[in-house]
Amino acid sequence: MILFDYTRASTVADALAAGRQPGAAFLAAGTNLVDLMKGGVTNPERVIDITRLPGLSGIEAQADGSLRIGALVRNSDVADDPHVAKTFPMVAEALLAGASAQLRNAATVGGNLMQRTRCQYFTDAISPCNKRQPGSGCAALGHATRIHAVQGWSEQCIATHPSDFCVPLAALDASVEIEGQGGTRSVRLTDFHLLPGDHPERETVLEPGELITALTLPAEAARFAGNARYLKVRDRTSYAFAVVSAAAAMILDGGKIGQARLAFGGLALKPWRVTEAEGALAGKAPSPEAYAEAARIALDGAKPTGEANAFKIELARRVAVRALTLAAAGTPARLPALPASPFGIV
Amino acid sequence: MTIPIRLTLNGKPHAIDLDDPRITLLDLLRERLGLTGAKKGCDRGQCGACTVLVDGKRINSCLQLAVSLDGAEVLTIEGLSEGDALHPVQAAFIAHDGFQCGFCTPGQIMSAVGLIREGKAGTDPERIREGMSGNICRCGAYAGILEAVKDASGRMEQREDAA
Repeated sequence: MILFDYTRASTVADALAAGRQPGAAFLAAGTNLVDLMKGGVTNPERVIDITRLPGLSGIEAQADGSLRIGALVRNSDVADDPHVAKTFPMVAEALLAGASAQLRNAATVGGNLMQRTRCQYFTDAISPCNKRQPGSGCAALGHATRIHAVQGWSEQCIATHPSDFCVPLAALDASVEIEGQGGTRSVRLTDFHLLPGDHPERETVLEPGELITALTLPAEAARFAGNARYLKVRDRTSYAFAVVSAAAAMILDGGKIGQARLAFGGLALKPWRVTEAEGALAGKAPSPEAYAEAARIALDGAKPTGEANAFKIELARRVAVRALTLAAAGTPARLPALPASPFGIV
Repeated sequence: MTIPIRLTLNGKPHAIDLDDPRITLLDLLRERLGLTGAKKGCDRGQCGACTVLVDGKRINSCLQLAVSLDGAEVLTIEGLSEGDALHPVQAAFIAHDGFQCGFCTPGQIMSAVGLIREGKAGTDPERIREGMSGNICRCGAYAGILEAVKDASGRMEQREDAA
């Protein structure tokens, strides 16, 4: 880790001013940032500690039925919040399927959105990587790409976004509250992360010095509470990133699907919402045929980066069918012992 | 330039002058304060050997910059027993052979204390295994660890019922 200047910001205005300086990085829990700094993957010259900022650590139900979650709320505190667990159960299930208890106790909401890819060619700090060092090339393409993207990738970058939390957030139309020099703005979570294109070094819509202050789940999202599940397939039963995951939810109305929501993790450099597949489910009776059709539509246009990750496309279809099947069966009153696991009993 | 911080460490207040902002809580404990119970396994948040409680919650001390924890309350394995009386989780690890080489054990025990405080796993083996998945044991003493946590969890729940 190279030496850096450390500043503790006591107001959001202070943080914004400090964050605009070149080479600055905001530090919340540091579970990803400190790890990357230790590995020399990222080398900020200035670290702005935002953990003491006031007003960013609460979970508040708003008058309009939406839920505002401060950017500094710990992942475990979101997952364990009774209102979140009851109203947005697949958000809690996804959080509890991610990382370990120790990491969830530290990691924050804003940090989860800002975490970097776990592409091994990015994190080794040595290989050519257009994300880490623009213009250096992509060492992943043509090499060990079992975990890499099958949607939305470019010749410049084939990495995936590692978050579980962001997948149900995308499905439920969450929005991100951002504070900057020009004031506050709100961005839909599905628009927050950028696909790599020709500029994989740009990962989100945040401008230099902008800060995430909160996340909002809209009131409408609560209507899916009774039929909402997150399903995560990984290389071991716990404490592993998703190979493929899906958040599936529906509103059942007179034996038919009124509305459906479906988004994937592990497929692309952002949580991958599939609104066309959602549309295909609307008005249908919940059935294996309807789920299979939706899964087929959801993976339309998917393309592996090589032989190694071609399996992810069929796996994603099957994960979608299973997640939809689980969602239709109803959200369990208590989360299974192994959240989001295909080996769970529920 | 030094950065002063205050920590309550195993119940006692400490004023510490950090001469480098890069020092993690783990390195502070081990290298500066002589508390070598928390272990440096991977040093990257993957193995759990460095687990301690910060403000009552288990975390990986290798990923926390000490400077950022000014004012925090830290509990390490050294602060767990009351004199010679072992904490119920410590006693259960001995009774159920919850270790072989012992390197991961302080982290396992602190993680188990955190898990039991969280109060969600009870004595359900599957929930305990899931709740302890952030602690790796390369000797593979998981069967004994599970029995130890189950036993301690049951005893501590009973104790709370009686209280």
